[in-house]
Amino acid sequence: MPEREITFAQAVREALAEEMRRDSHVCIFGEDVAEAGTPFKVLSGLVEEFGAKRVVDTPISEAGFTGVAVGAAMTGMRPVVDIMFGDFITLTMDQMVNQAAKVHYMSGGHWRVPMVMRTTLGATRRSAAQHSQSLHAWFSHVPGLKVVLPSTPYDAKGLLKTAIRDENPVIFFEDKMMYKLKGPVPEEDYTIPLGVADVKRAGDDITLVATSSMVQVALGAAILLEKEGISAEVVDPRTTWPLDEKTLIDSAKKTSRVIVLDEGYGRYGVTAELAAVIAEGAFYDLDAPVKRMGAMHVPIPFSPPLEDVTVPTEQTVFDAARQLCGKA
Amino acid sequence: MTTATSNPETSSAAATEKEKWLRAYRQMVSIRLFEEQVNEVYTRALMPGLAHLYSGEEAVAVGICEALRIDDYITSTHRGHGHCLAKGASPDRMFAELLGKEAGYCRGKGGSMHIADPATGNLGANAIVGGSVGIATGAAFSARALGTDRVAVCFFGEGALGQGSLYEAMNLAQLWKLPVIYVCENNLYNEYTHYTETTAGSILGRATAFGLEAASVDGQDVRAVNEVATRLVKRARSGAGPAFLQCDTYRYSGHHVGDINREYYRSKQEEQHWRTDRDPIKVLSKWLLEQGYADAAALDGITSEVRALMEAAVKFAIAAPYPGVDEVEKHVYA
Repeated sequence: MPEREITFAQAVREALAEEMRRDSHVCIFGEDVAEAGTPFKVLSGLVEEFGAKRVVDTPISEAGFTGVAVGAAMTGMRPVVDIMFGDFITLTMDQMVNQAAKVHYMSGGHWRVPMVMRTTLGATRRSAAQHSQSLHAWFSHVPGLKVVLPSTPYDAKGLLKTAIRDENPVIFFEDKMMYKLKGPVPEEDYTIPLGVADVKRAGDDITLVATSSMVQVALGAAILLEKEGISAEVVDPRTTWPLDEKTLIDSAKKTSRVIVLDEGYGRYGVTAELAAVIAEGAFYDLDAPVKRMGAMHVPIPFSPPLEDVTVPTEQTVFDAARQLCGKA
Repeated sequence: MTTATSNPETSSAAATEKEKWLRAYRQMVSIRLFEEQVNEVYTRALMPGLAHLYSGEEAVAVGICEALRIDDYITSTHRGHGHCLAKGASPDRMFAELLGKEAGYCRGKGGSMHIADPATGNLGANAIVGGSVGIATGAAFSARALGTDRVAVCFFGEGALGQGSLYEAMNLAQLWKLPVIYVCENNLYNEYTHYTETTAGSILGRATAFGLEAASVDGQDVRAVNEVATRLVKRARSGAGPAFLQCDTYRYSGHHVGDINREYYRSKQEEQHWRTDRDPIKVLSKWLLEQGYADAAALDGITSEVRALMEAAVKFAIAAPYPGVDEVEKHVYA
């Protein structure tokens, strides 16, 4: 029997539904999460099964309902907050950075904040500068938070279930362009630990370390590179924190060349951190400097031909990889 | 479900009027003398960091917490020693925390501005002004979702009236009829600025605009604070929704211990007026004497007992060891 395939959005919804059935303390807060099921329709059907007391529509009040989730998490609930566009995390920063991230530590381990924030990232949706950013580096910078970046339906479901069961605040970034991506997802219950990278494709000549939206770009580039006789390995860290440094370094040592791909801004970003980890851990095995590719340092423009050049593509990654391998 | 009050010795339901107000008196004296010791320890350079004293505002914390059960929740502020003590924290572990010692409530990692104690429902003092309004509202959400009749009290100063998070939280609390009481301690000064320079319109109007039950009270009169708090707590516990209580009070010391020369923002005459004519401990002791609930010697006896307790607590904290350096990476994650 062929393995079942579902979309990324369905995988997220299944993870939430299964965890809500398993644990009555799991609840959802967010704007238009109930009957509307969010503008992306990721949550469709949940309010019908679990009711409006557990799938809670909020005012447009990100700081307010995120703060409520922090307090609810401290006192026995396991809230999942929905921040519709990743750009809106800026409105929740005090609650996440000064409160959620620090409560456990500041209280000497007495209080804990088992909550999940689900939000989105990714450009090329023609949504302009305030609905297109990939700001996961901001949370990755802060001790006390965990940051998850699934790149397939399988990973989305397994990682989200783990995030909901985690005792800490976890931010879960979904690429909004990926919601319709289909992939194999088993029927049975499974989880994926946080902090374990996944080699999405094995190769020998160059490592493409890619996160979230950039994993599919890296896999596409790898196919183009194969035709040129270059064997690319694609490694997905899946979480920026905790970070599976060993898998990244081992791959870099094996192939000796690395490009790090991430849709966030490169400046002081995730690519900088991953490149530094690899440079420190595999320096003597590298044949070229680690190359970084991320979003251009511009507010994401609206006009399609402008927007399209702001993020790495299969072609730009292919070109960079050929150059790094001395075949350009 | 426990029905003990914040003071584990007696239950509020069983307490006689006399016992209740003598207990409140002892609590207020405890806070006053705790803060005197903090000032002493700080000026002797034994305490690192900052100290924001609660002296002058004791009737608010005590009046409110006397209306709560030990399993009710509070969130506190950077000026939070009074709230923590009134909710039942013990002075020795508080002093240990203030000195950064392992025996402190937060193993020394929180300090004066972050005392938290699950055993007394203290969700934590918060050094972001208005930073805990979401947490208190969330605790009220849990109380209702989990089917308990707990309430949450969110203490904040009038400085937090400038923070948008307060209005987002009050909107949610009223929409969802959550059992949370927002207690605004109006001690007149946002740090070094009189609140009339920072606060437009009406304070209570900000709460009534959202439909919250709102009241103001003389924050120097512990019996008045307790009377209105008891009503609002009962109301919240019964499911009638959130409330806002403005307590008019005064901060005897500077914004923090180092704020010595204050005449550029308030006069010595003003300070003296509050200390002489409006002192919450004097107000209650006068009433206790009038009622014949205590004589001067009995009240002096309470003060002496509390003073000895506070001195012992300071000694304990000074002698207590610092956490080992290996503690630094513990509790980043649960």
